[in-house]
Amino acid sequence: MRYENPTTIENAVDLLARSDGPAYVLAGGTDLLVRMKGDDFDAELVVDIKSIAGMDQIVETAEGFTIGAAVPCAALGEHGALVAAWPGVVEAANLIGSTQVQSRCTISGNLCNASPAADSVPAMVAANARARIVGPGGARMIDVADVPTAPGKTSLARDEIIEAISLPKPDARSGDAYLRFTPRTEMDIAVVGAAVNLTLDDEGIVQTARVVLGAVAPSVVVVDAAAAALVGNKLNDATLKAVEAACTAASNPIDDKRGTVEFRNQVAGVLGRRAAEIAYGRAGGTQ
Amino acid sequence: MTSISVSTTINGDDVEFLCNVDETLLDVLRNRLGLMGAKEGCGTGDCGACSTIMDGRVVCSCLVLGAETQGREVETIEGMSDGRELHPLQVKFIEHAALQCGICTPGFLMAAKALLAAHPDPSEEEIRFWLAGNLCRCTGYDKIVRAVQDAAAEMRGANA
Ligand SMILES: Cc1cc2nc3c(=O)[nH]c(=O)nc-3n(C[C@H](O)[C@H](O)[C@H](O)COP(=O)(O)OP(=O)(O)OC[C@H]3O[C@@H](n4cnc5c(N)ncnc54)[C@H](O)[C@@H]3O)c2cc1C
Ligand code: FES
Ligand code: FES
Repeated sequence: MRYENPTTIENAVDLLARSDGPAYVLAGGTDLLVRMKGDDFDAELVVDIKSIAGMDQIVETAEGFTIGAAVPCAALGEHGALVAAWPGVVEAANLIGSTQVQSRCTISGNLCNASPAADSVPAMVAANARARIVGPGGARMIDVADVPTAPGKTSLARDEIIEAISLPKPDARSGDAYLRFTPRTEMDIAVVGAAVNLTLDDEGIVQTARVVLGAVAPSVVVVDAAAAALVGNKLNDATLKAVEAACTAASNPIDDKRGTVEFRNQVAGVLGRRAAEIAYGRAGGTQ
Repeated sequence: MTSISVSTTINGDDVEFLCNVDETLLDVLRNRLGLMGAKEGCGTGDCGACSTIMDGRVVCSCLVLGAETQGREVETIEGMSDGRELHPLQVKFIEHAALQCGICTPGFLMAAKALLAAHPDPSEEEIRFWLAGNLCRCTGYDKIVRAVQDAAAEMRGANA
């Protein structure tokens, strides 16, 4: 196995393209190093992207925010403007692991690891986040939702790298939120995750909404029926009941010792409703 | 497997070492540099016994490749005291009996040091969340939290 530490993304892509065996991008390594310790791990090449110029930067532009693929999640929580604009995305990213894991883990790595329970992914999908992907042919932008295709699988080619994740500039009256259920309060994998992102008009009526569930299907579930229940309404009891019912109906989880199907379906509804309430409050709405 | 030559800074000293690609910082510290303070409890980022500080952030050294420390600044428990003068956190851990077998202690001390550098006056809740990635199987967490609170108060006083 070789370790390479290129300083340009072109060089990193070239190394991946030329490798004649399994090759891996290394960001924070909090998934990859655990896998490397397994007996069945086989790699010819590991390409560390943390020395690539600009990859460790969060840039605020007129269009929104660009979060480099080497930015550790802890730095998201330290970025005041990002926290103010996308509190739900940041709280989701900051739920990953411990303080030690936060120092290293990235949202791009969370996305590319393609775990159904990845915490930052529902929040990014709700926020309409996009990924800038660089390969031998140049760069392309795709929706974050189109990166994971199945547990452990992504739509990226073996010589493609996520360079950055972009978040749009939020509307004036908008808010997002992420909640998860875990058996322990810290250091545990989500049994259910729910993210909501919505915008309001001056009367507090929901104009646009995205409701996304994690950990209840092979990839995240965008619950259009829950969004439809929100749009055109204030957050009254009837709206919240409809959001809850839509989330429960959209949940399609596995059954295991950490949660039965019935339990996960119910929790998906509860968390969807609660996340909607938090997002609504953050958008300036009063119930 | 070919070895990689790495130059880094550990506890303020320039250090050069050779390591294999799949060797972690924890392996390098313990097996190549004789720095045995960081412990391997799990090897998978769950227990925090291997905590060290890299470029100002506390990390699990079992989840960092030795090769990744090129050009970085690493702090380990061996650099915590000033010669024979213990760090306030070390003093308070002893005073509060915040250790029994001591396997978890270097990791707790490094994580707590990073906490107090970022938040000199943390609430009890902040301390407990910050240290949630450090497991202790014998002392219980209360004494550890009290020791950190006491050290924080003393360090704030010393800096005032
Ligand atoms: C103790 C512990 C607790 C954890 N708790 C949680 C948790 O609560 N919630 C959660 O969601 N996850 C958790 N995780 C998993 C992990 O920390 C996250 O998935 C993390 O976000 C991965 O990011 P990374 O930068 O460390 O990825 P890496 O390990 O560097 O990479 C992960 C995968 O993505 C690929 N990759 C990384 N970056 C790119 C890129 N830019 N372009 C293309 N491919 C790329 C790598 O090749 C690898 O296959 C935990 C892990 C540990 C060890
Ligand atoms: S040995 Fe590194 S976290 Fe347990
Ligand atoms: S003192 Fe023994 S594990 Fe903490």
